[in-house]
Amino acid sequence: MKVRVTVNGAPYEHDLEPRLLLVHYLRDVLGLTGTNVGCDTSSCGACTILLNGDSVKSCTVLAVQADGAEVKTIEGMAGSGGMLHPIQEAFSEHHGLQCGFCTPGMVMAAASFLEEHPDPTEAEVREGLEGNLCRCTGYHNIVKAVLAAARSGELG
Amino acid sequence: MIPAKFGYRRAGSVEEALSNLSEHGDEAKLLAGGHSLVPLMKLRLATPSLLVDVGRLAELSYVRDTGDHVEVGALTCHRDLAASAVARTHVPVLAHVAGQVGDPQVRHRGTIGGSIAHGDPASDLPAAVLALGGTLVVRGPQGRREIPATEFFRGFLETAIAPDEMLTEVRVPKVPGGWSFQKLSRRAQDWAIVGVVAVADGSPRVSLVHMGSTPLRATTVEEALADGATLAEAASRAGEGLDPPSDINASAEFRRHLATVLVHRALVEATGAGV
Repeated sequence: MKVRVTVNGAPYEHDLEPRLLLVHYLRDVLGLTGTNVGCDTSSCGACTILLNGDSVKSCTVLAVQADGAEVKTIEGMAGSGGMLHPIQEAFSEHHGLQCGFCTPGMVMAAASFLEEHPDPTEAEVREGLEGNLCRCTGYHNIVKAVLAAARSGELG
Repeated sequence: MIPAKFGYRRAGSVEEALSNLSEHGDEAKLLAGGHSLVPLMKLRLATPSLLVDVGRLAELSYVRDTGDHVEVGALTCHRDLAASAVARTHVPVLAHVAGQVGDPQVRHRGTIGGSIAHGDPASDLPAAVLALGGTLVVRGPQGRREIPATEFFRGFLETAIAPDEMLTEVRVPKVPGGWSFQKLSRRAQDWAIVGVVAVADGSPRVSLVHMGSTPLRATTVEEALADGATLAEAASRAGEGLDPPSDINASAEFRRHLATVLVHRALVEATGAGV
């Protein structure tokens, strides 16, 4: 089936098998391997991307369901010239990662969360990231980073 | 994990979805948000030969105030239901429960119709619709019919929807008064080990999550309350006659105990009684 999708601002068109998962389309067809496959059961959130601006777990979305949609992955977060996105900058500043495996999903979940909650409390951040697991259990600094990004005044 | 091969059609209207179902019978499955069906397909526990994608039928995404009822379109996602001013004002328990399903990513995709049609006894929304005394509106080749929630859940993952029918709307009476949702799970995003929805609208109505093969009304509790039992006495009967599952999270015996504790908490909160 023919699928047209915009990923990180660039338009793509591919003929895809209906059973192809969105995460496999991003990784294997487009080569955007920043989005990780963790649990593959919509629990861990490592595969979180933005679909028309909303965070979704791309291991539980068929690529054909994204036809006509705007997708954003971790590769689309940094600005031109390698300027980190304010959320990425905050993760770096506050050591919001250890092994880094959950980080792309955490950053994308945080982006969607901050869009819906521009001025969150710490408790709201913790609840807002409940769909993302960090096996290094580095949650504390992740929460600090998301709060710092919210307060940076640099989010659009 | 990759689903088995299937055909895919995108329905542009309810009629188109229904004609696909009529043509393909129970070989076809409707796909809405896909957050119950796609995981089952990845595990090859479901292997439909055709998916009929109804996820783009925007006309079935709404929360409407119709006087004494609230109507929720089957394709309303959990996030939109949780945020709906109509739902929060007139059926706050339904908005609250929608906001407790899964996690934000799941709530962005999952729909109330998908959750109800899936009929999972461990899901939260079916219990909320049961406690509210809701009605499920279904369309099929013979037209439209309404099924009371109490007659809708027939067995494990089995509902009263025929293979050639589609759930289009969930209708619940307005219950702005006391309510409670109690959910015990080990981790934030997990399914409830046991959940309880209580609605104090006249004599309290109580429903149970994960206490049998279907979402259930706690009839022993409701009858005890109607007969004048105290909240504690009624709650102590919550596990009677039920056959909950034993699994990695809890034994059936523990679930029956948990039901009595959570029903008591739910009744106290919903009725505003002191402990």
